Amino acid sequence: MVLEIKDLYREIVNEHNLYPAHRGEMEKPDLILEGVNPSCGDDIYLQLKLDENGVVTEGLFNGSGCAISQASADMMLDLIIGKDKEEALKLAEGFMSMVRSTATPEQIEALDEAAALESIAHMPARVKCATLGWKTMQKMLNGEADKVSTENDLE
Amino acid sequence: MNIKEIRNDFPILANSNVVYFDNAATAQRPVQVLKAIEDFYKTTNANPLRGLYAWSVGATDAYENARSRAARFINAADDAEMIFVRNTTEAINLVAYSYGMEEVNAGDEIVISVMEHHSNILPWQMIARAKGAVLKYIEPETDGTITVDMIREAVTDKCAILALGQVSNVMGVANPVKEAAKIAHEHGAVILVDGAQGLPHVKTDVQDMDCDFYAFSGHKLPGPMGIGGLYGKRKLLENMQPFMRGGEMIEYVHRDSATYAELPHKFEAGTVNAADAAGLAAAMDYVDNIGYEAMEAQENEIVKIIMEGMKDIPHVHIYGPEDPALHHGIVTFNIDGCHPHDISSVLDEENIAIRAGHHCAQPLMEYLQEKCAMEFRATARASVAFYNTQEEAERFVAAISKVRKWLGFGD
Repeated sequence: MVLEIKDLYREIVNEHNLYPAHRGEMEKPDLILEGVNPSCGDDIYLQLKLDENGVVTEGLFNGSGCAISQASADMMLDLIIGKDKEEALKLAEGFMSMVRSTATPEQIEALDEAAALESIAHMPARVKCATLGWKTMQKMLNGEADKVSTENDLE
Repeated sequence: MNIKEIRNDFPILANSNVVYFDNAATAQRPVQVLKAIEDFYKTTNANPLRGLYAWSVGATDAYENARSRAARFINAADDAEMIFVRNTTEAINLVAYSYGMEEVNAGDEIVISVMEHHSNILPWQMIARAKGAVLKYIEPETDGTITVDMIREAVTDKCAILALGQVSNVMGVANPVKEAAKIAHEHGAVILVDGAQGLPHVKTDVQDMDCDFYAFSGHKLPGPMGIGGLYGKRKLLENMQPFMRGGEMIEYVHRDSATYAELPHKFEAGTVNAADAAGLAAAMDYVDNIGYEAMEAQENEIVKIIMEGMKDIPHVHIYGPEDPALHHGIVTFNIDGCHPHDISSVLDEENIAIRAGHHCAQPLMEYLQEKCAMEFRATARASVAFYNTQEEAERFVAAISKVRKWLGFGD
């Protein structure tokens, strides 16, 4: 289902942006990583705690940016808390495919509420806002980078 | 000025319901400009300045006539002082490489302002680094005003180059460039004026301004993309090395040496953009036909409606001077709690096109964030042109009053 932009804000984005469930500062996170969109000034600090089996037990984000970047990060944390690393990365892959319009119906279904951001694929300038949290999480769990930028994301 | 007739000249506006308020990024083109480009390709297309046959001679004439037109438009003393380039960015880079690389020495100062577009910052960062010079910033008032005293304080005998925008693409204010030129010359420095945002709004006379270099883009004028101009004083240009090397800019080439063509061709390597130069000339004719005074009156009227309408909307903050007449068509603003990109996205659904982000002026965004407690390092910007209407301004204001609601706020 493709939502018009104002409907997308009204139905999903505003709630997560204005009343996020997972915004805050974590004491002693196991993993912390900053993700930025220099062109927007979006900035996200993602903080995770993982148990010995690699399951995400706690997750918070902090930072500032547009509603889509903040809401997307909040919805992502809704999804990945309680999931192990492998499942979380699989969801990230599904999200990336979704915003490029190449996701399978199963991948989209697995994204639950975050699937509402499917409409973003039709707004190329906003894709990098929606993917900021997810990209940051991917790099973090893969131990790849010390700072993530989605600036050159529109390959 | 008959606004209905004018809008009919712009096919993209005549057939659309879009409120185009991103004119500071690029203007729309009247049919006269489109026709000049089409005529060139339909009637006399050939490689200018080379061929010895009628079409090529015609192409050369179209190109050189456009040069004369552009020189006259800004009152350059001599057609050879008008170099065609792609845009303002290329013009400033040309001066940085061909003048700055040669003439700036270690310990010299290059003076610019915090309010400059990146294209009037990055070339000077490069020169300062390469030559061991100091890049010195003038900080404007929080409304964007740069006073003559601020310039006088910043420019000393150490200054080699003063580079200032004629009009800020974010704050809309015009800088006192004529006084700045006088100050630069008193200290033996040259002044470059970035006219990208100035020329579309301010009648410009480079001799009266007494600037050494003046850079502009055609596409904001409303001419074509891909053509712009660099004016430089003849004696400076003559002493400068070429910027790009290649075809058409030479006299003789040997295996290990070359001599270069006379001005202006020395700075126009490769096949030139003659069709768009012809389009630029048509844009200049178009502007002169309407007249800067009439354009300014219309733009100020629209800006006034926007600024007065927005003043009554809670949570809206406008940047720049209080007086709408000092804005040169530009209204930069923020709305509490709303990121500019979200504002722009919801307005897009109302068929209103504005710019949101850092406007290629990140140092200014940092400065505003610090001095004006700006929430995000970005702003929204509505920029109007002479073909915009009061109805469009009213539609815009009405939409702005709903943005907070659309983004989930209760008031």
